[in-house]
Order: sequence, then C-alpha cells, then structure tokens
Amino acid sequence: MDFNDTPEEARFRKEARAWLEANAPKAEELEGLDGIARAKLWQKRKFDAGWACIRWPKEYGGRGASAIEQVIWNQEESKFDVPMGVFAIGQGMAAPTLMTWGNDEHKRKYLPRLASGEDIWCQLFSEPAGGSDLAALRTRSVKEGDEWVINGQKIWTSGAHYSDYGILVTRSDPNVPKHKGLTYFFLDMKSPGVEVRPIKQISGQSNFNEVYFTNVRIPDSQRLGAVGQGWQVSITTLMNERASIGGGGMGVGFDVAFKLASKLNIDDRPAIEDKAVRAKLADWYVQEAGLKYTGYRTLTALSKGETPGPENSIGKAVGAPKTQDMASFCMDLMDMAGAIDDPEIAELSGLVQASFMGSPGGRIAGGTDEIMLNILAERVLGLPQDVRVDKGIPFSEVPTGTKG
Amino acid sequence: MNFEFSEDQNLLREQAQGFLAEHCPPSAVRKVLEGKAPFDKELWRKVAELGWTATTIPEEYGGLGLGYLELCVIAEELGRAVAPIPFSSSVYLATEAILMAGTRAQKEKWLPKLATGEAIGTFALAEGPGRPSPKSLKTSLAKGRVRGTKVPVADGDVANVAVVVTKTRAGDKASWQLVDLDQRNVKCDVISTLDPSRSHASVKFRSADCEPLGAEGEGWALTQKLLDRAAILFAWEQVGGAQAALEQAKEYALGRYAFGRPIASYQAIKHKLAHAYIKNTLARSNCYYGAWALNADAADLPVAAATARVGATQAYYYASKENIQTHGGMGFTWEFDCQFHYRRSKLLSVNLGSEGTWQDKLITAVEQKNAA
Ligand SMILES: Cc1cc2nc3c(=O)[nH]c(=O)nc-3n(C[C@H](O)[C@H](O)[C@H](O)COP(=O)(O)OP(=O)(O)OC[C@H]3O[C@@H](n4cnc5c(N)ncnc54)[C@H](O)[C@@H]3O)c2cc1C
Repeated sequence: MDFNDTPEEARFRKEARAWLEANAPKAEELEGLDGIARAKLWQKRKFDAGWACIRWPKEYGGRGASAIEQVIWNQEESKFDVPMGVFAIGQGMAAPTLMTWGNDEHKRKYLPRLASGEDIWCQLFSEPAGGSDLAALRTRSVKEGDEWVINGQKIWTSGAHYSDYGILVTRSDPNVPKHKGLTYFFLDMKSPGVEVRPIKQISGQSNFNEVYFTNVRIPDSQRLGAVGQGWQVSITTLMNERASIGGGGMGVGFDVAFKLASKLNIDDRPAIEDKAVRAKLADWYVQEAGLKYTGYRTLTALSKGETPGPENSIGKAVGAPKTQDMASFCMDLMDMAGAIDDPEIAELSGLVQASFMGSPGGRIAGGTDEIMLNILAERVLGLPQDVRVDKGIPFSEVPTGTKG
Repeated sequence: MNFEFSEDQNLLREQAQGFLAEHCPPSAVRKVLEGKAPFDKELWRKVAELGWTATTIPEEYGGLGLGYLELCVIAEELGRAVAPIPFSSSVYLATEAILMAGTRAQKEKWLPKLATGEAIGTFALAEGPGRPSPKSLKTSLAKGRVRGTKVPVADGDVANVAVVVTKTRAGDKASWQLVDLDQRNVKCDVISTLDPSRSHASVKFRSADCEPLGAEGEGWALTQKLLDRAAILFAWEQVGGAQAALEQAKEYALGRYAFGRPIASYQAIKHKLAHAYIKNTLARSNCYYGAWALNADAADLPVAAATARVGATQAYYYASKENIQTHGGMGFTWEFDCQFHYRRSKLLSVNLGSEGTWQDKLITAVEQKNAA
C-alpha cells in the first residue's frame, strides 16, 4: 500500500499538470459561450492532445491509460475550474455500453466522436410507468423488415433537448414476463417522429424533458444485444451510471461548508469554533474521504473494460443525501439571510441555495436512495429480493404506473 | 500509488483469521467475560509466540521489525474476534510510547519483554470523567516520584509497566513517566467496566518510583502523537468488529422467519444492514489511508488518524447496536453473543477519547493542514 506516486506516476502527474496549466481554458476564451459550447471547447482540446477519456483504447480516441493514471488525471483536472457535465451520459454510460455490447463498427464510428465531445448522448430509459421499476416501461418496438418502429413516451430525459444520440430501452414483447420482453437500441435524436418537450423542475431550470416517439424508425443495426436481452444491456448502463455519478461531487461539499463556517459568526465568534459545528463538519469530511478512497480502491481493482459492480451504489447512496444535508446546514450558518437566493446579494452567489433546490433531484436521478439500498442489500450482501407479485406473469397482465 | 495490501500481508490476514477462529472462538471471549481471569492467558501466550506482540519492535530489541501495515492486519482480526487480551494497551500504546520517547536503556529494558509478551504495558492518562487536558491533570511528580490516581487504566491490574501522564510543576504542561508497576508504592484495584472481556483498573501511585520518558514538558505533544498513531490501530480493530457484527446480523436475519418470510427480506432490515455495509466500507477505506499514513509516518497522519477513528467508531457502534436489534429478544439475552460487540464497540470508542474528541481533533488537523 502506498498513497504516494511511484517515479513514473510522478512523471505522469507532472506531465498532466503541465498540460493542464498551459491549456485549461482562460476566462476570456469562455466569455460569451454557453455551457455546452464551453464544455465542447474543453473536450475537443483534451481530445486533440490525447487527454480525453484516457482509459479508453487509443483507437477509440483514448490514451490507453491505466486506472492509476485515471486517478491521477482526475485529481489534477479537479484542481482546475474547467467546464464539465454534458458528456457524462455519453462518455460514462453510453460508451461503456457500446464497448460491452456494440460491434466493431459501432465502436469505431461513435466512440471517437464521444471522446472528442462532438456528440452528446442522452439516456431514454425512464417512463411515466417505469422509473425505479424500469422494466415496467411500455414504449413499444415492433420489427418491420430491417427496421424497428418505435411508439411511446419517455420522461425525465436529461439533456434530450441538446443531444445528438440517445440510448433507448423498449418493450419488444409484452406477452412474456417483463424483464424478458425488452430490447435496447441507440438512435439519432433528429430521427423523424422524435419530439422533445421540456419539463420545469423545482429548481426552476429545465434540464430534463419528456420525449415522445411517433412511428420512429431505427435500423436493426442500431440494436445492442439480442432481441429480448434489453434488460441485461440496461444493467451495464446502470452500473456505469452509478459508478460515474459516484460521490456526487456537485453542489455543496466539505470545502464550501468549512470556508463558510470560518467566515460567518455564531455569537460573535467564528462558527468554526463551535463544537457542534465542528462535529458535523468532521462527519462530512469523513464521508467524503471514505468515498474518495473507496473510489480509488474500486477503480484500481477493476481491470480495463470490466463492468463496475453493485458496490458502486455506495457513492450515490452517501453523496446525494450528504449534499442535501450540507446545503441545509450551510443555510443555517447564514441564519436569517440563509433564505436569500438572489445571486447578486446571496452569500457565495446563491450556490448553497441552488444546491439545496437541486439536491432532491440527486437523490432520485440514476436510481433513488431506496433503490441503492435495495441493490446493496440484495446484490452485495446477498439478502433476499423483495417479494414480487409480478414474477413470471406476462407483462400485459401486470399493474403498472399510477392508479387512482 | 497502490491501494491494496500486499500478497504477504493478505497471507498474514488469512493465517490470523484461521488462528483466531481456532484459539479465540466466541466461547473464549465468553469465558473471560463471565469468569474471574482478567484476560485469556493461553491466547496471549500463543499470540506472543506468533510474534504479534513483537511486530513493529526493531530486531535489535528482540522484535520482528515489520511495518505498521502488518500490525493493522493483525488489529483488524483481533477486533473481529473481540479478542480478550491486553494487546491494544501493550502494543499500540506502551510499546509505541517507549519506541517514540525511550532512551536506549529504557528500550533495552522493556522492549524485549514486551516483544515476547512476558511483560504487559499500558498507558495511564484518564483521571475520572471528562476530557483530559494538561490543566485537568492532578497526577504529579514530587521529588522524582509519582503521586495520584489514574482511572480507568486499561489492563492496569495485569500490566507490569505503565506510561503515566503527569502534570508539570507549573501545571500547564504534561510529562511522561515510565513506571514499573511491580512495586509497593503502586496499588491497582480492578474496576468493573462496560466490557468485562477487557480488564481495567484504578491505579494509585503513592510516591511511586519512576523514570522520565521523553523530555519534561513534552508529555502532551507526545500524548497527541501517540494517540494519533494508536487511533489508526484502534480503528482497524473497530472495523474488524463492525464487519463481524454485520455478518452476525446477516446470518441471523437469513435464518429467522416472521410472517412467513425470512426477516432478511423486509426492507426495514435490508436497509439497516445496507447502511451498516456502507458505514463499514467507508470506514475501511479511511483505515487504508490511515494505515499508509502510519506506516509512512506521513505529514498527513493527524488528519488520516482522526478520519479513520471517527468513521470506525461510528461504524462499529451502528453495526453493534443494529445487530442486537436484528436479533430481537434473543439479541438482548446474556446467552447470545451480540453483547460482545455492543460492549466492545463502546469500550473502544471511549478508550482512546470520545467520538466528539476525535471530531474536534479532525477539524483542528484540517485547520493546521490548510494553514501549512
Ligand atoms: C434530475 C433527474 C434527472 C433524471 N435524468 C434521467 C435521464 O436522463 N434518463 C432517464 O431515463 N431517467 C432520468 N431520471 C429519472 C430517474 O431515473 C427516475 O426518476 C428514478 O429512477 C425514480 O423513478 P420514478 O421517478 O418513477 O419514481 P418511483 O419509482 O415512482 O419512486 C417513487 C418513490 O418510491 C420509492 N420506491 C419505488 N420502488 C421501490 C422499492 N422497490 N423499494 C423501496 N422504495 C421504492 C422510490 O425510492 C421513491 O422514493 C432523472 C430523474 C431526475 C430527478
């Protein structure tokens, strides 16, 4: 065990840092660009220099780097305030699914465009009747010649409005038990018959959408896995989703809370001197450190290309509620002014309030807290599955969605 | 970077597991818990024979000269087995203190005996309820002799040597004294504690002979350093215990039926155990970092120690109490072994200073790191 770099690792870190210092976008380069354009600029720059998706094989636009090099790169890149975000689904979820289930042509055609940031992908999984119970989804796929015809509705699709491609799970056979009748595709979001309608969130933003499919045609060559194997393919995506969402990272974390507590007073003394404040901060520090080191351990334990296991649900299960609790705590530190979210006058330009309003979504997206605990209990600890009243029954006879 | 134990260390873990399964089954813990013997002497002898007590003592003093990673591996297994022996007092505290501050003569006198387990050592800091500080100490030095009462002192009744924290004459600093407990001027009274599988005493020093250990007035800084190092080893014991408690709860839940189903199929139980798994996993990962920091004597040791300690304390407490809860009425009976972990978890958590003490130390360590 050694948390220090070996000489080669130190060399790699130096190289990465030097490149980041020379190339991380300056404020003036980003001025006037929207979030997507900023992220694309940075992604393309990394890609051109061989620093994009560094663990992917070189032929697909990566660097063929080791897991440890990935840890080092993440550590170094996180020290810079660089634009990120819109590629998480494509690079973190669609790409590993393509690598596991796609053919050579799929990989050669789509992976380099994902690495370079040319294409943005979205995840068309959830439906009004299929969220936690994803396999209850109803969107129909019917084979016609070399094509599939898709009809139905997806919901909560993050980034559908700016995505180039989507990964899609459909029901190809309603007359078999629900997990057996699913088939998985990817599609061009500009296909005729795809309609995207924004949904307004409690945070006031509209990052997710409803997506309607009316006689959308997808070539059979864009199917991943066999007909009826869509559930297994989806699991690959979901495991990678939980691994990539990981420790949360977004919003209020220890550093923000620590700085705030050092700056604001309680009874004329810095809040950080208050023992109760210290105790809470310590617990969050411990959780963040635990997630970080657990992440290092799992990342290095995985050999290249392997699907991350169910134990990755820890990151979400801890990170998402922590962000919410920390945002709430930081608003308490501001006392009466904690309610102000006007970026012009709010402490930290309203970051904490925004995090408070965004954090409930983190506990739901990518599998809810409760589902993460079920996964850990069943798939890691080996406890029995919940009693299932829908087992072995054809999907068409199972009650789904919202009643009454 | 490498975030795993080596093959040799994993082999040591397997050996330790096999050894303790055979020589420290729950019945051995129960024997000490219920009996008059202060600790399991047979187990202590065997543990010493295996060289565990000699792990980090340099070869020139009769030790094995291994690193702290090996000691962490052993600590985890002793914690898992709830071993009823004075290992933590003697190895993580007394031996460490002498290694840290002893003169050559002091090392030559005590380390070979501590290495073979022939001598047992302990560390005497507490003087009754409350968080100790240099100003709160009453035990003092008069004409080169120690006066005062330390309580509780883990293994004070069986130890041969103690590192005693005394106040300086001015009363604002502390010093360490090395006290041979086998003398007339020391009186040890066994006291009852929460965990009778580990023995404790009230130790009265009535003008006891002693030698200074380390420089005068340096005792508080030395204490902090010693506690940081020991915290990581305690944390490994706690993580081992927490894992055992979770496994015990899981086994029981799988076999116990209510309303026609195993109780392990109810979400209230599943989520409880999933929470225990999460806490244990995060605590273990923090212990990895702690093990490395201890072994490498890294500058980040105070942060690493407090992080490992706080997480492990919380994880063990949670697993041990929810283990009882999962067992229902059975868990509350004297006959069932659930009590071992419940008792040990709280003992380990206060033994080295409370959860609050370590939360506070963690933030202080972060403040110091940021200021550096
Ligand atoms: C911000 C955000 C972004 C999202 N982005 C996407 C996206 O890009 N693509 C996509 O496909 N989806 C996306 N989702 C959808 C998300 O995956 C679902 O909302 C989530 O899986 C929950 O499903 P649901 O909303 O149908 O809630 P439900 O499944 O109806 O759950 C309601 C409540 O019941 C609980 N519950 C359900 N089943 C169980 C059970 N078996 N045991 C215990 N409790 C249970 C849940 O935990 C929850 O508390 C996003 C959601 C959010 C909030």
